[in-house]
Amino acid sequence: MAFITCQDAAFAYEGNAAVSGLNFAVSRGDYLCVVGENGSGKSTLVKGLLGLKAPHAGRVLTGDGLRPNEIGYLPQQTAAQKDFPSSVYEVALSGRLASRGILPFYSRRDRAIASENLERLGVSELRGRCYRELSGGQQQRVLLARALCATKKLILLDEPAAGLDPVMTQELYRLISRINREMGVTVIMVSHDIRSAAMHASHILHLKNRQEFFGSAADYLASEIGRAFAGGSEQRK
Amino acid sequence: MAMLDTLLEMFSYQFLVRAVVVGALVSLCAALLGVSLVLKRYSMIGDGLSHVGFGALAVATAMNAAPLTVSIPVVVLAAFLLLRVSENSKIKGDAAIALISTSSLAIGVIVISLTTGMNTDVCNYLFGSILAMSKSDVRLSIALAAVVLALFVLCYNKIYAVTFDENFAKATGVKTGAWNMLIAFLTAITIVLGMRMMGALLISSLIIFPALTSMRLCKTFKSVAVCSAAVSVACFFAGVTVSYVKATPTGASVVAANIAAFLLFWAASAAKGRTGRTANIRQSVNP
Repeated sequence: MAFITCQDAAFAYEGNAAVSGLNFAVSRGDYLCVVGENGSGKSTLVKGLLGLKAPHAGRVLTGDGLRPNEIGYLPQQTAAQKDFPSSVYEVALSGRLASRGILPFYSRRDRAIASENLERLGVSELRGRCYRELSGGQQQRVLLARALCATKKLILLDEPAAGLDPVMTQELYRLISRINREMGVTVIMVSHDIRSAAMHASHILHLKNRQEFFGSAADYLASEIGRAFAGGSEQRK
Repeated sequence: MAMLDTLLEMFSYQFLVRAVVVGALVSLCAALLGVSLVLKRYSMIGDGLSHVGFGALAVATAMNAAPLTVSIPVVVLAAFLLLRVSENSKIKGDAAIALISTSSLAIGVIVISLTTGMNTDVCNYLFGSILAMSKSDVRLSIALAAVVLALFVLCYNKIYAVTFDENFAKATGVKTGAWNMLIAFLTAITIVLGMRMMGALLISSLIIFPALTSMRLCKTFKSVAVCSAAVSVACFFAGVTVSYVKATPTGASVVAANIAAFLLFWAASAAKGRTGRTANIRQSVNP
């Protein structure tokens, strides 16, 4: 069974269906990219996958040993975080919180995992630095480290490249691909950057308030909708 | 030596010892909670709650009830309400808080003028009085301060997570709603305890100032929390001493001490920023 399976699922926002007709599955090791324009229901789907919003119709099933709170989430940044006094290490360590349950303090193992993930993402020399003083790309790496502290199974990234310049964006995409390939972490990424998505992802889910396409990235580029949205990247190759 | 004599003389008064004990504990709790409230953009909730507390105090006096037994439940209720309102509602959070705080201020003033009349009591409620602390208040404050401190230390990691990134915490299964409630509950109790000494109009400064002051210089969440607690208690002592020596109002003197600390930290961070920049420029000129 797949990690996440949606069966005819629909999610509503304040009573109005934001996205419907969802039929897709995410299996271990997949790299699914959810694409679509603004307001196409991507954020609502994210909430649904995280279990913060119950499906309005149909079902969302988790399986293959994935518990609903084992999804490492990289949310879009909020305004409050821009001036939040916190060290990089504190941010990464907070990813271990869910695994603590009601125990009040972090164990030595939690600290080791946090250090290990900072190391893996190449930001371990920043561990004592203040989070708000980092560049956008460095901040995203720290948040990725935190997501990896929460889980080794599945991470869900909500527009991770928002606000990054093109060079940092490409670097971040390469890093995410590496996490997917080398660590075997399943990735679900929400993006409106369709071209990069098709380049890195194994599967594409295209939303337009309903499911327009779900399948492998290669099939997507060959399909009509893929050709229209990815701007004919096939011919260029 | 003169300083020590003043302090000894000060602490020979029973009522002052009581006020200092309660005040120091309240300052400590308010500073710790304030770090979370200020960072979550909930600063105005503290202000709103103190006005609700004023209304509750006025009603309690009119009914001849013990002030704390009426105001604690009312303010706790208001805290939950304000939290809900600022999270999701048709009226925007800040407007809703202004609505509730001015409403309770108005009701309080009407109740007071109908019962005891507008006298020095009103002034004491609004701006605080050092004489307000009774023996039972001291016992209650010690107990409640112990609860606030214990909860803060035990739940420190959860409070950090909920403050820094509520969405992430929620997604990983942390009950963020419950933690927000807890913070609001502790804030309400702290405000009610400190209100009669600091005054309904001034108590929220104990929540807001220490966090903002320490954020000028401290870069990690833990250091901000520890520094806020230290600054807050130090400012309280300074304020009370000045108020004793110069016969100024206690609440206002404590706020003045907080203003001084804020300016000091701000100047220090500005100076630090400038030397940091010059060092950078020097480095780039001759690498």
